[in-house]
Amino acid sequence: MPKSKDTREARGRLIFGNLWEFDPAPETADPKLKPRYDLFIGGKFVRPKTEKYFDSINPGNERKLSEIALAGPADVDAAYRAASAAFKGWSALPGGERGKYLFRIARLLQDRAREFAVAETMDGGKPIKESRDFDVPMAAAHFFYHAGWADKLEYVAPGRTVKPLGVVGQVIPWNFPLLMLAWKLAPALAMGNCLVLKPAETTSITALKLAEILQDAGLPDGVVNFVTGAGETGAAVMGHPAAAKVAFTGSTEVGKAIMRQLAGTDRKMTMELGGKAANIVFDDAPIDQAVEGIVNGIFFNQGHVCCAGSRLLVQESVAERIVSKLKTRIRMLRVGDPLDKNTDLGAINSKAQLNTIKRLVASGVREGATMYQPPCVLPQRGFYFPPTLFTNVTQSHKVAREEIFGPVLSILTFRTVDEAIEKANNTPYGLSAGVWTDKGSRILRMSTELKAGVVWANTFNRFDPSSPFGGYKESGFGREGGRQGLLDYASIQ
Amino acid sequence: MSAKTMSRLSITKTPKVYIGGAFVRSESARTYKVSDAGGAFFANMPQCTRKDLRNAVEAAAKAGPGWAKRTPYNRAQILYRLAEMIEARSAELVASLVQFGARQADASKGMTVCVDRLIHYAGWADKYEQLIGSVNPVASAHFNFTVTEPMGVVGVIAPDTPPLLGLISMIAPVIACGNTVVALASEKVPYPAILLGEMLATSDLPGGVVNLLTGFRKELIPTFATHAHIRAVYAAAGDEDRRTLRLGAASSVKRVRFAAADTRWFDDSAQGLGVIRDFVELKTTWHPIGS
Amino acid sequence: MPSRTPKAAHARLLDEIGSVDQVGIEERVAKFTTRSIKKTAKVWGLRMAVSMTDLTTLEGKDTPGKIESLCQKALHPHDDPTFPSVAAVCVYPSMVRHAKALVTGSTVKVASVATAFPSGQTHFKTRIAEVKGAVADGADEIDMVINRGAFLSGDFAKVEDEIAGVVEACGSAALKVILEVSELETYDNIRAASFIAMGAIRPGDFIKTSTGKTTLNATLGNNQVMLEAIRDYFVDTGIAIGMKPAGGIKTAKQSLQFLIAVKETLGDAWLTPKRYRFGASSLLNDLLRQLEKEKSGAYQAPYYFSDAAESY
Repeated sequence: MPKSKDTREARGRLIFGNLWEFDPAPETADPKLKPRYDLFIGGKFVRPKTEKYFDSINPGNERKLSEIALAGPADVDAAYRAASAAFKGWSALPGGERGKYLFRIARLLQDRAREFAVAETMDGGKPIKESRDFDVPMAAAHFFYHAGWADKLEYVAPGRTVKPLGVVGQVIPWNFPLLMLAWKLAPALAMGNCLVLKPAETTSITALKLAEILQDAGLPDGVVNFVTGAGETGAAVMGHPAAAKVAFTGSTEVGKAIMRQLAGTDRKMTMELGGKAANIVFDDAPIDQAVEGIVNGIFFNQGHVCCAGSRLLVQESVAERIVSKLKTRIRMLRVGDPLDKNTDLGAINSKAQLNTIKRLVASGVREGATMYQPPCVLPQRGFYFPPTLFTNVTQSHKVAREEIFGPVLSILTFRTVDEAIEKANNTPYGLSAGVWTDKGSRILRMSTELKAGVVWANTFNRFDPSSPFGGYKESGFGREGGRQGLLDYASIQ
Repeated sequence: MSAKTMSRLSITKTPKVYIGGAFVRSESARTYKVSDAGGAFFANMPQCTRKDLRNAVEAAAKAGPGWAKRTPYNRAQILYRLAEMIEARSAELVASLVQFGARQADASKGMTVCVDRLIHYAGWADKYEQLIGSVNPVASAHFNFTVTEPMGVVGVIAPDTPPLLGLISMIAPVIACGNTVVALASEKVPYPAILLGEMLATSDLPGGVVNLLTGFRKELIPTFATHAHIRAVYAAAGDEDRRTLRLGAASSVKRVRFAAADTRWFDDSAQGLGVIRDFVELKTTWHPIGS
Repeated sequence: MPSRTPKAAHARLLDEIGSVDQVGIEERVAKFTTRSIKKTAKVWGLRMAVSMTDLTTLEGKDTPGKIESLCQKALHPHDDPTFPSVAAVCVYPSMVRHAKALVTGSTVKVASVATAFPSGQTHFKTRIAEVKGAVADGADEIDMVINRGAFLSGDFAKVEDEIAGVVEACGSAALKVILEVSELETYDNIRAASFIAMGAIRPGDFIKTSTGKTTLNATLGNNQVMLEAIRDYFVDTGIAIGMKPAGGIKTAKQSLQFLIAVKETLGDAWLTPKRYRFGASSLLNDLLRQLEKEKSGAYQAPYYFSDAAESY
């Protein structure tokens, strides 16, 4: 039978309609939230000396979830005193015993995984499938991994002796609240340090729920202390004289401020700051998997990822094909209720962040880049932003230079390997990069030349407790994960 | 008969060895009598033969590729699970050690060391690669790296003292790095190994990864030595057995590691990366760097 | 000058259609399995799956009696008359006329495997004769196997020519081309074979994963490779090819996952038995069981359904 014209459908016209619309599939597990959360100091929940509390909002529907204690300088000081008091006993424990506490924490977190996932989603707005399949299991994995190091510290720096530093002050961001907490807690505790940690003000709940687990695990009082609050509390944690080291994950701007604040001290620091990662696609790449990787690179966690692949560099010969496939693919992304199991893009973490995204996207349009957003209906209440692509972007566009921290991808093109390297490195940031090609030697050339702390080849946004993570240049210094991350919490003698 | 003298007759357990994830008697149907420390009859142990050993090697070989492909994190969690299972039943294990002559204090201490040792190696499962493997700075445009791989089926011959701690201390490092094991339990005190098999079966460890035999060393050691599919042997053995094992190993270039006679099993010195290093092969890959 | 050897042809085809990254595509399909299908969407999907089923029996011990019972099941899957009938019954050529007699007048088609199914290892003219015989006996659809030996030795022209020959022998019968993915082994090969087959068949014909007679059958991974090949071919040419995963799909839950892959890769126009089929035997009863459960709210025993193999 000849291929007759009339049986041909309009070229490229795939229909992604509502023939088979999914019913709502809300996750119904109880997050077991308390109406009010106090500070966790010295193994107990204590009222803040400020007597002040602030609201924690569910960004998915703007409803109040709970009240969080506001820690003032006196509260931070109390936390440091509790940590200092606990340090002697904790650091003197045999490593294997410290490890057992961490194993317990990992197991107790695994036991309550679904409850934590729901709490994380309600507090931060990320889709339940991500908190369920990524954040919570990965947090447990970090505790489990570092538990095993606690009795093997003599192997971390062969020929040298490693000792804990003392009390460490830590401040973490709102994009992966529980996971960033695990990244900070687990290696510091395995090494024998005690901690004062401040979660982000919009996402404190899972830290305080973890405090319940620390109690259940029987962790000695004062080894871990959580103080909650906003920037001022954070500055107090970073600046406290009893801190032997501070570790910060957040924006480059705040990181620089902390470095200035501590310029007069000898304090050790780890900085995990912003990024503007290049995701580089060559014409011999496995195209559909590259498209999938691009989507995962920028739309994972609504793009609230410091290592998000926010700058797509595509080889000119495949640019048109890639962009067309990308547009098709992002029509499949379901934006909406973070608690719905089918949601791919949840809520933007806060109104402030939503405004930042809107401002930067408007600048892209104003500066002449071409914007594409798939048709999608956003919920009436809550903070949402549709997946967004910019084409016709050049290196000088604001959307190609500034960290947007949202579901916004800027697409640039290149012709040669050298041009790709040059464009990729043309940024003050250097946290991560992606390379897509079937050619092995090119992957290795690229990973040699790219100025980034993590290079993903034919994949993107992969994380593992055994794999060191951290940046070059203004993306920070120090590593988290692996043997290298452990050493950042050690005094090497 | 008065109620006072009418004591209940207890049900005794028929000891079975754990091979390929199943509990079996010897294919030969042979048994040997084991008495407790007081000399009273305890049970008839399976007297495993070279054919049982062969079957166990088949089971271990079958389980090998799957176990080696498990992620290190998964192997770590399974070893930890095994420690959980043993800790929960430690009273039973202590009792079995005491029944065969161990002092109560030693048996209790031994049990805690058993559990801690498993946890120690659980921690190693996703770490040894970073310490044994390497990236090598060769003088050319090549990316050159060395990784480890498990050897395959490893034979373990456990000491008589301490029967259980010795056995666990030898098995744990070997499976942590992805090998599968055929182990011969202590000839004199085999019963704790029977109990261990029951705990292995409930630990998420896939069937066949650890296979436990009971029987006579002099009957089985020659087969451990010559079975070509056993790629390495880790043995607590005297001079005569060592010679047999080395001679047999020569025919198939088998790796052998002996537990020193003065090994302080209760001490941290009996564990560590060194044991794992002896049960992995090293593989180096060269790959060009270019556009 | 480029070489014209068969191997070079292989390399050129792969170059043109691109490669598939195994880890990446398996991560993609894993996302389909996390979709949560509830209530009306679930009932819709289950009913769609029933209507897409090619109810299959391909056994040496098949008899006209067995075929009769299969056809009754195909026409009336369940006591409930509102349940849809299946798309087709799929049988060996010798059973075609028995089946045809039973389903004539209904929407149920008769599909016949042919071309020396499952190995295809006989003379080409014998295979063609088998196709013609099945069509003459009333087969509406022919499920052929490709020449895997020729494919793996790089003789793509032979593979394509043979498919074209079968197309001709089919006349007005629809054709489904079985790639036998387990023997092609790699996703790159499955993608290449999909393009070779699509180049030889007509709009509305199908490509199909497997015979069900080897160790590995339809998986979400190889289904996805073929769906993406169909999509790319459609976007480039406007020609719509159908898809049939076969073998290994035994549960309602699995079939919904395959349908989600269709929805999210090819879109609404492929959510029809005209363009997507399931080659299965035990799947149907699980679909019915789940549909009945959705209706009554109670979990069902397998032996409530006819011809259930697992009636314990």
